[in-house]
Amino acid sequence: MIRLNLNGVVREVDAEPETPLLWVIREQAGLTGTKYGCGIAQCGACTVHIDGAAVRSCSMPVSSVTADQKIVTIEGLSADRSHPVQKAWGELDVPQCGFCQPGMIMASAALLAQNPRPSEAEIRSEITNICRCGTYTRVLAGIKLAAERGEAGRG
Amino acid sequence: MTDHRPTPAAALSRRGFVASVAALAGGFSLGFHVPFAGEAMAQDAATITPEVNAWVVIRPDETVVIRIARSEMGQGTLTGLAQLVAEELGCDWSRVVTEYPTPGQNLARGRVWGDFGTGGSRGIRDSHDLVRKGGAAARIMLVEAAAKGWGVAPGECRADRGVIAHAASGRTTTYGAVAVEAAKIAPPKDVVLKDPKDWTIAGKPVKRLDTAEKLDGSQVYGIDLTLPGMLNAAIRDCPVTGGTVKSFDAKAVSGMAGVKRVVQVGDTGVAVIADTFWRAKTALDALPIVWDEGPNATVSSATIAAMLREGLDATEAHVGNKGGDVEAALKGAAKVVEATYGVPFQNHATMEPMNATVRWTPERCEAWAPTQSGEAALAAVAEASGLSAKQCDVHKIHLGGGFGRRGATHDWLRQAVLIAREMPGTPVKLIWTREEDMAHGRYHPITQCRMRAALDGQGNLTGLHMRISGQSILASVAPNRMVDGKDPVVFQGLNPGGAEAAIGYTIPNILVDHAMRNPHILPGFWRGVNMNPNAIYLECFMDELAHAAGQDPLAFRLKLMGNHPKHRAVLQAVADKAGWGEKPAPGVFRGLAQMMGFGSYVAAVAEISVTDEGKVKVHRIVASTDPGHALNPQQIDAQIGGSFVYGLSAALYQECTVKDGRIEQTNFDSYPVMRLDEMPVVETIVMPSGGFWGGVGEPTIAVAAPAVLNAVFAATGKRVRQMPLKNTDLRRA
Repeated sequence: MIRLNLNGVVREVDAEPETPLLWVIREQAGLTGTKYGCGIAQCGACTVHIDGAAVRSCSMPVSSVTADQKIVTIEGLSADRSHPVQKAWGELDVPQCGFCQPGMIMASAALLAQNPRPSEAEIRSEITNICRCGTYTRVLAGIKLAAERGEAGRG
Repeated sequence: MTDHRPTPAAALSRRGFVASVAALAGGFSLGFHVPFAGEAMAQDAATITPEVNAWVVIRPDETVVIRIARSEMGQGTLTGLAQLVAEELGCDWSRVVTEYPTPGQNLARGRVWGDFGTGGSRGIRDSHDLVRKGGAAARIMLVEAAAKGWGVAPGECRADRGVIAHAASGRTTTYGAVAVEAAKIAPPKDVVLKDPKDWTIAGKPVKRLDTAEKLDGSQVYGIDLTLPGMLNAAIRDCPVTGGTVKSFDAKAVSGMAGVKRVVQVGDTGVAVIADTFWRAKTALDALPIVWDEGPNATVSSATIAAMLREGLDATEAHVGNKGGDVEAALKGAAKVVEATYGVPFQNHATMEPMNATVRWTPERCEAWAPTQSGEAALAAVAEASGLSAKQCDVHKIHLGGGFGRRGATHDWLRQAVLIAREMPGTPVKLIWTREEDMAHGRYHPITQCRMRAALDGQGNLTGLHMRISGQSILASVAPNRMVDGKDPVVFQGLNPGGAEAAIGYTIPNILVDHAMRNPHILPGFWRGVNMNPNAIYLECFMDELAHAAGQDPLAFRLKLMGNHPKHRAVLQAVADKAGWGEKPAPGVFRGLAQMMGFGSYVAAVAEISVTDEGKVKVHRIVASTDPGHALNPQQIDAQIGGSFVYGLSAALYQECTVKDGRIEQTNFDSYPVMRLDEMPVVETIVMPSGGFWGGVGEPTIAVAAPAVLNAVFAATGKRVRQMPLKNTDLRRA
């Protein structure tokens, strides 16, 4: 059994040690907001926070995460879609198909936690998630909106 | 117990879904006896409220449930169709929710919801009349029910935002209060629709109805589905299309963690079924499989290119557009200009890989599928299940991207059914890895095009021959839509006229023909379809001709567009907004393009720069579209912005090459996609001229590439004629 601190709850999961964290989150913990898109850390749909930092969970073996590391998934970012990034996303109607957006939101939230007032150039270079619908213009606007409100250091 | 409850569409959040699955679980414990019946869906899923009609349910709490036949895959059709129903219904927009009827219900009710197909940018333009009439009929019935209750004439009552008022007596009631009575009223025979100028919901930039669930991970996509007792499957199909399974050694993996079964899927695939997908995939990776790759294993990109080159000179070709005498014009020309262009295979690469969940018994087969075409999905399930369509149904789920991959061919769904047949009574979810998805796409068709043009002494275009050589989508996907052996889709945007995809130039002598050459790599409708390569061919070559004639590319085009006012208007609009006549900033260069397809007129100006190392940077795009009616301007803006990501990703980077009969690219590292760091500023001009309905999800993609490629020529003097651009060396000499 592997112990994980997932969205503030410590739980034991039954998985082979080399299983990617992504699939443990999705299949053993049943939290399907974190998406599989590529499996090789290219697209970022699987982005979660580990101790506040954005991590591509598809390429991280579950055995490399310890029970004292805090994993936060999109389901744990806020209780009620109230994280500043989620609020900005809702106001600007950012998602199209939405499949990449949990990862996009998690990456953006981690960026703002680390750098609350990023420049446009910093946003463009830091947010490398793939969106095939092409929502980038509104992703950029959403991060700027959340940053302008200056309350995005949480999360 | 019979369960014909509809699948909540926008509301397929986890909470709603648990309730729906719980009901199904009851079905499972009773042996899942779900005979198909014609009484399907006459009432609301969450209450016992009867529907007012097929499109509308009003709950006692005034919630307005609008049923959506087409699929939502990000393009906003769900919200747009709801706007149209709500507009005629006269309901309170803030109370609107949506749900999907199933194709089985549609079949049982005489196709009351019409066509479920969601492709060709037809979601709205092909069903606006039907859904508006549905909303209007429901309003008339609700008003009539209220009037009946009051003993007054319906004509004396008015409805607005879900409230019905009788002005003479000052009485009011609500839709929710009269919905049960309204359901008993005979539907009106004739309804008069609102004049679009009176719209208050349609035509407005309202917010999407499906955003909230996409912000917190609660939106359930096909890949997220969980059913009680469900197993998971991973599959590998023969990497060479046309090859088959020779043998596989199931024993080598049957003892691995979680593995339940190893099964052959048709003649061409092998799947591992396990408790979790990761364990199924791990065992599949370890499974020894021997393929009989067949004769296609010798095919390469080079042999396919040679096959297409031969077609450029072939004497026989299907004619798509012919006027005057091109050969005579070329003979009499002051100057003849020639160029050959080409586009590669490209994968849709939806963010959500192909997947489907199926439960099969000898009596019944149900699928949960992210499909663009519920009815085509139902047909595929019936065919693969060995059951009749009435014994099957498909529950549609929001798609994590479609782009044409999930509509015309349901190969992935067929596989899921075949796998589920090996485990009767147990739901099985099949998920493709990204690698499987890259290897078994239905690719953007490969074509080349030889352009030959005649210019007279004044630089006027007097003749144009476009010889397209290459793949036909219809020949593979829908041969029944071929016309005398010709694939009409090949000529998209080049047709002599019509309301769908007409060329925007008057050229006295013209010939557009197609030498069909079909390699074994399977093609599919890829967002924008043949309009994309045709726009590259036509609009880049028009730029070449303008330069050959020593004329401005805009002025050269406008001379030919006198008979094409809508094409001309969108082109003029982008030129004006971009400041075409003025010099751009130092180091910045412009290109432009226009096209018509999917019933809409589009144009773009691109502003770019090229570094000394040959790297193209797209700074700014000005894009216009005339879709006739603009149902939701802010969503059209989103579709246009996204179209440049899709179109420029393809033009700059994407190709699927063939070696030893198989696709070489395996994932996003070898099949790059434009990311945020490269996203240009996109300024959109939505200019609906009224009187027709065009699509918006696809047309703009076509002008992305040629506008940028023409700007690249302006910057470097180099013509990029083979896509993608990354293969051309643009370094400063």
